[in-house]
Amino acid sequence: MNGKTFESSMRSRYFKQRLFFGAVRLSALVITLALLGILAYILDNGFRAVTWEFITQPPTDSMTKGGIMPAIVGTLYLTVGAILVALPLGVVSAIFLTEYAKQGALTRIIRIGVNCLAGVPSVVFGLFGLGFFVVFLKFGSSILAGALTLGILILPTIIGAAEEALKAVPQTFREASLALGVSKWNTIFRIVLPSALPGILTGAILGVGRAAGETAPIMFTAAAFFTAVLPKSIFDEVMALPYHIYVLATAGTHIEETRPLQYGTVLVLIALVLGIDLIAIIMRSMFRRNKRW
Amino acid sequence: MVTVEKDFIIRTKNVDFFYGAFRALSGITMNFEKNKVTALIGPSGCGKSTLLRLLNRMNDLIDGTRVEGEILFEGRNIYAPEVDPVEIRQRIGMVFQKPNPFPKSIFNNMTYAPKLAGIRDSGEINALVEESLKQAVLWDEVKDILAKSAMTLSGGQQQRLCIARALAMKPDVILMDEPTSALDPISTAKIEELIDTLKKHYTIIIVTHNMQQAARISEYTGFFYLGKVIEFNGTEKIFTNPDMKQTEDYITGRFG
Repeated sequence: MNGKTFESSMRSRYFKQRLFFGAVRLSALVITLALLGILAYILDNGFRAVTWEFITQPPTDSMTKGGIMPAIVGTLYLTVGAILVALPLGVVSAIFLTEYAKQGALTRIIRIGVNCLAGVPSVVFGLFGLGFFVVFLKFGSSILAGALTLGILILPTIIGAAEEALKAVPQTFREASLALGVSKWNTIFRIVLPSALPGILTGAILGVGRAAGETAPIMFTAAAFFTAVLPKSIFDEVMALPYHIYVLATAGTHIEETRPLQYGTVLVLIALVLGIDLIAIIMRSMFRRNKRW
Repeated sequence: MVTVEKDFIIRTKNVDFFYGAFRALSGITMNFEKNKVTALIGPSGCGKSTLLRLLNRMNDLIDGTRVEGEILFEGRNIYAPEVDPVEIRQRIGMVFQKPNPFPKSIFNNMTYAPKLAGIRDSGEINALVEESLKQAVLWDEVKDILAKSAMTLSGGQQQRLCIARALAMKPDVILMDEPTSALDPISTAKIEELIDTLKKHYTIIIVTHNMQQAARISEYTGFFYLGKVIEFNGTEKIFTNPDMKQTEDYITGRFG
C-alpha cells in the first residue's frame, strides 16, 4: 500500500469514528434533555402549588382547594407495602433460580414466565387484583389488596435484578466457603447474599419508582376517590398520588381550575419517589463499602 | 524387600469421572500416605485438579458430573449416599489457585467457618485465630490489623490467610490446587516452607505445574496424562529414575 491511499483510508476511518461518536453523544444529549425538560416543565408549573399547607392538609371544597396529605400517606403505604411483598419473594425466587435449581427445562420455563409477567400491561394486574384480592379473598378495596397487586407487578423487576446480582458474586466466594465445610444454606445466606445486596437494592429502587407511579393497578384495588381521614388499618382504602392526579385531570368537575394542584401533585410524587430512592441509594453505598473484589 | 505397613489416609479405587459424556479420569487408583506431601503433576487438562476436587467433593457443585469407583477416607467411601459432604469438607480442607479471602476483616475470615461449626466461646475463638495464623506464619504480620479487610493484604499474605483459615477447621488433610501459581517467588518460597512444617500434623496433597516445586516439597509424586495416572512413586524415584518413558519425557521438558 502506498502512502497516499493509506492516508486517505485513515482519514475516512477518522471520519467514521467522529460520525459514530457524534451520534452516541447526540443520543445521550437527547435523553438528558428530555428528562430535564419534563422536570423543568413540572417544576415551573407545580412549585407555586406546593406549600406547607398543600402537603399537610386534606383536600377541601370538592378537591379544588386544600392539600394532598392523605394521598401522600396512601402512596407511601402502598409503595412500602409493595416492596415488603415483592422484595422477600423476589429474592427467594432468585436464590432458587440461580443457587439451587438445576439449570434446565424447569428454570427456563420459570424465567419465561417471569419475563412474560414483566410484559403484562398494568391494567391487567389491576383486574387480577380486583378479582383475586378484593373479591375472592374479600380484602375489599384496601391497602393490603393494593400493596399485594403492586408487589406482583414489580416482582419481575426484583427477580431480574436479584438474579443478576447473585450471578455477579464470584464463584470463588462460594467455593471458599463450601471448602471450609460450611453448608450451602449458610454459604448463600452469609457470603453470597451480603455480596449481592447492592445489586438487589438497585432492583428495589427500580421497583419503588414503578410501584409509586402506577395508577391502573390501584384504581380497582386500593385507591379512594376522596377520603379526608387517614387509614387506620391495612384493610382501609387510601387516596394515592397517581390516582389523585388522574382524578383531578380527567374526572373532576373543575379540571381547568385545578391545573396548578395537578402539577403540584405530580411534583410531590416525583419528589417522593426520589426521596425513597435516595434512602435506598445511601443504603447501597453503605453496603458497597468493604465489598470490593 | 521388607514392606513396612503404611498408614494411608485416602485411597482411591478405580475412580472414573465424567463431565457429561466426557471422561476426565479413568481408572485412578492411588493411596495417599498420612502426614506426607503428595504432589500431582502433569500437563494442563490431564485431570490432576479434577482428582483433587473429587477428594473433598467440590465437583458436586458442577451439574452433570458423575463419579464411579470408590474414594475411601479413613476407610469410608466419601461418595456413599449417607455421607454428608459438609462433614467431609470440614475434615479435608482446600486451598485454591488464586487467593480467595472473603470481603470481610482478617479476623472474620478466620472465625467464619469455626463459628458456624459451633465454636461460640470467644476465648476459644481468639486462641484458635492466633494459633492458626501462627501455624500459617502470618501472625506477626497481621496481629495488629486483625480488624482490617483481608482484601488489603498482599497476594502472598492473602494466600497464607487462606491456609490459616483452612487450618482453623483443624482438618486432617489439606488439598492445595496450584497454591503458588499466582504468587511472586518470595511468597512462593514462604508457602513452600510452610508446607514443609505443616506436614508434621497434616496430610498435604498438592497440584502443581512447577516440577521443581514438586521435587522440593513432596515425598510422593503422581504423574497424570490424559486422565490417567501414568506413574505414582516416591518423588526421588520419579525425578531421577522414572519407570515410564512418558514420565521422563515430561519431567525433562520434552513435552507438556
